[in-house]
Amino acid sequence: MFGKLTLEAIPYHEPILVIAGLVGILGGAALLGALTYFRKWGWLWNEWFTSVDHKKLGIMYFIVALIMLLRGFADALMMRVQQAIAAGGSAGILPPDHYDQIFTAHGVIMIFFVAMPMVIGLMNLVVPLQIGARDVAFPFLNNLSFWLFAVSALLINISLFVGEFATTGWLAYAPLSGIEYSPGVGVDYWIWALQISGIGTTLTGINFFVTILKMRTKGMTLFRMPIFTWTSLCANVLIIASFPILTATIAMLTLDRYLGMNFFTNDMGGNVMMYVNLIWAWGHPEVYILILPAFGVFSEVIATFARKRLFGYHTMVWATIAITVLSFIVWLHHFFTMGAGANVNAFFGIMTMIIAIPTGVKVFNWLFTIFRGRLELTSPVLWTLGFIITFTIGGMTGVMLALPAANFVLHNSLFVIAHFHNVIVGGVVFGMMAGLTYWFPKAFGFKLDEKWGKRSFWCWIIGFYVAFMPLYVLSFYGAARRMNSYPNAEWQPWFIVALIGALLIAAGIACTLIQFYVSVRNRDKYADVTGDPWDGRTLEWATSSPPAFYNFARLPVVGDIDSFWSQKQRGNEQLDDAPYTDIHMPRNTVAGPIISVFAMIFGFAMVWHIWWLAGFSAIGMLVSFLMRVSNDDIDYYVPAAEVERIERAHQQRVEAQA
Amino acid sequence: MQQPSYWRRTGTLVLIALCLLLAGCSSALMDPKGVVGETQRSLILSSFGLMLIVVIPVIVMTIVFGWYYRRSNTMAEYLPDWAHSNWIEAIVWLVPVVIVAILGVITWKSSHDLDPHRALESDVAELEIQVVALDWKWLFIYPEQGIATVNEVAFPVDTPVRFRVSSGSVMNSFFIPQLGSQIYAMAGMDNDVHLLANEIGTYNGRSTNYSGAGFSGMVFDAHVTSDADFDAWVAEVAQSPDTLTYPEGYSELAERSTFHPVEYFSDVTPEFYERLVSSFHTGSDPDTDTQDAPRAPAVDSNEAYQTTDNQADGEAEDGQTVSNEAGE
Repeated sequence: MFGKLTLEAIPYHEPILVIAGLVGILGGAALLGALTYFRKWGWLWNEWFTSVDHKKLGIMYFIVALIMLLRGFADALMMRVQQAIAAGGSAGILPPDHYDQIFTAHGVIMIFFVAMPMVIGLMNLVVPLQIGARDVAFPFLNNLSFWLFAVSALLINISLFVGEFATTGWLAYAPLSGIEYSPGVGVDYWIWALQISGIGTTLTGINFFVTILKMRTKGMTLFRMPIFTWTSLCANVLIIASFPILTATIAMLTLDRYLGMNFFTNDMGGNVMMYVNLIWAWGHPEVYILILPAFGVFSEVIATFARKRLFGYHTMVWATIAITVLSFIVWLHHFFTMGAGANVNAFFGIMTMIIAIPTGVKVFNWLFTIFRGRLELTSPVLWTLGFIITFTIGGMTGVMLALPAANFVLHNSLFVIAHFHNVIVGGVVFGMMAGLTYWFPKAFGFKLDEKWGKRSFWCWIIGFYVAFMPLYVLSFYGAARRMNSYPNAEWQPWFIVALIGALLIAAGIACTLIQFYVSVRNRDKYADVTGDPWDGRTLEWATSSPPAFYNFARLPVVGDIDSFWSQKQRGNEQLDDAPYTDIHMPRNTVAGPIISVFAMIFGFAMVWHIWWLAGFSAIGMLVSFLMRVSNDDIDYYVPAAEVERIERAHQQRVEAQA
Repeated sequence: MQQPSYWRRTGTLVLIALCLLLAGCSSALMDPKGVVGETQRSLILSSFGLMLIVVIPVIVMTIVFGWYYRRSNTMAEYLPDWAHSNWIEAIVWLVPVVIVAILGVITWKSSHDLDPHRALESDVAELEIQVVALDWKWLFIYPEQGIATVNEVAFPVDTPVRFRVSSGSVMNSFFIPQLGSQIYAMAGMDNDVHLLANEIGTYNGRSTNYSGAGFSGMVFDAHVTSDADFDAWVAEVAQSPDTLTYPEGYSELAERSTFHPVEYFSDVTPEFYERLVSSFHTGSDPDTDTQDAPRAPAVDSNEAYQTTDNQADGEAEDGQTVSNEAGE
């Protein structure tokens, strides 16, 4: 009846999990109770869950990502504690089975359920506004993408309390992830969480690719698009091209595990290195999916706060395009030690180094944007300056890893860990923090508290160096990644320093949470009704904050790069007084959440081999999808009078403020 | 009162930095004991130095520009529409291009010089040691000496050693940090790495590729000895009452174990390693296809990874031709 699922699957003998579970259940119950008590269910469902408004979806992506950040960071802290203790024969506090789940979950969560939703959340919030569109090309798919992602995040968290998570490392290398070496349900949770969220990501990629290409406002040619939109476009091209590889690879692993096929087994003609090749053919573009939009954020932030045009706009665009193309021909640098010949290794090594050229050019362009500017040292700017320094160091260690002959001693060591945290924390995390602070007033109509933002920055950057520089040192002593314990007692002081660094980063995260609290409490003081709190350059600042659900009452017309800025310079921003027209908008959808909940049940049933439930939920998905596609009532017109009423109310607020 | 505490703080920082540097110098990678490791050390240091040409100016420019062009400094030049300069563009493209071009040449040369499949030049005859990664221990087989050990390996100083590396289980990576290059150990695949130690001593070895619950215990000691001590060690192993047979003894040894103690085997079934590697080359139905059994089609079609069969072919000509030159 319940497949492999029995009461044994509940880990009640693990105190950490029991406590986490109780906290989760109590917290969840409190939240549900509060929602019921304050009668907010209808509001939540109608205004948020079923919404197709890209701005609300962006906010929801960020909320889920921040929750998952806490989960992923708790994993990181446990790893640091374990490695700080387990020296010279000590076993530490976490047995291998538990520790291995933790580092696997940390990687999976941070990449798929923190970094990705933050990047996609920002794209949702900003891209349609920057191109002067009223929505995305496929509003329903946008809602569906979010919910597929959200239920996968839930599925990952269910694995904490029902069964186990994978103990394979975040990419679940075969044959370790095969049924022979990982017979438990951990890898199955990994498979279904990634498949379901991966479909959502692919849909997002297609959605934003089409949105950017087809829905730009009048006059916005490709080479007048803001850089964030450009980097998002390239990231979405990468998503479209690379995520199908992930989906296919995981599907083959699924066939191996469920139907006894032999794509990636040791014997019967399976090829484990094919798995490693395929997963990195997706995995390397994936890191550029994360970093390119972060580059875009820094470009916007630095130009706005230096009050100066971005230096070398065209160079920036071409550098982004070059990185997009090159990111597909470097994947082998993740496994030079596989034993391919010198020519193959040298080719991939050199290709990897070539990526450093356009990236280096970008760095110089940011620096020359500051040059002869008037830089306001706000917290987004601090994140940007911290990024430039940290990312450059990470880039350097990346090039060292790209030297195949040097890679033969650095590979699989803590050098790799230090390197990719150097670029992902320094690049993606700092970028998302900068973007969050920069666009927060656009989403909510009030600014974030600067004092706590700067505190967060200093904790993060100092914590980062304290946590990860020791790992570079340790790698030179031969410390491998993913060690549960190590015999070399002399390594311990370095691991203790790394733990202190992690605690400093924890303080940084705490500062951000306090920042939210303080800012919400003082939201009247920090309020911005003009819609343009930073004296911005791009179209998202041309509308109110938060924008009306239709974004622009009259679609803006663009004449050049930074069109809004030059319009303000000319002082003719208020001249447009043409009559309002009816606005065509999509209706909310119940299909997104419903299909996704069925998808989650399907995933859970597949994990536990509950075939009847899998069949039932598959039919549920299909039927709800068919009901959606046969529904013709998916759009409506906002009458011009209604638009006028909303706009007039906004005008009055602006005048009242002034 | 401010001055002394400032200098004390600076002094402490400099001391810490020096400690870090010194600690780095005595580390495994910065204190190599073999030719491969030595070349890799100079490669790491020279590429590091080369890149500092870009990295240091970037860090300095970030801090200087960020501070000098701050909003409150109205003395600084402010050109809000200045966004292009051919000179600057040319320099920011040219400098990285030149550095990457130099690195590219270094990459090409060093990838070939330090190709792990390449035999090392030496007057001394090469010693072959076969390495098998198991759950979770290392098996070392000495085909010439006819002995085998678990979690301990010994070889004479100044003697080129060819480690042939495979796995009886999941993927691992065979690595002795102070000697240089690591290589993946993969079931059914006959990989190799050539190393040469030039100083007597005991060095840490380990798997660096995560392989499951017992991964942390996949450590071993590598003893680099004098020729006489090596012979004595071989003799000691040959005294062991235990022997290793294939497939019975092997399946017993292959059972999962963690922090496995050192074991000596005085005798090994001939062709142990070759038989283990080819044991994974299955795939045809034994009932209908018995005559093809020794060489499975799946392996034939994949020349990226050599099989025991073409291994033998390559060996006849030259040690170098056995490399896994995938996709050339």
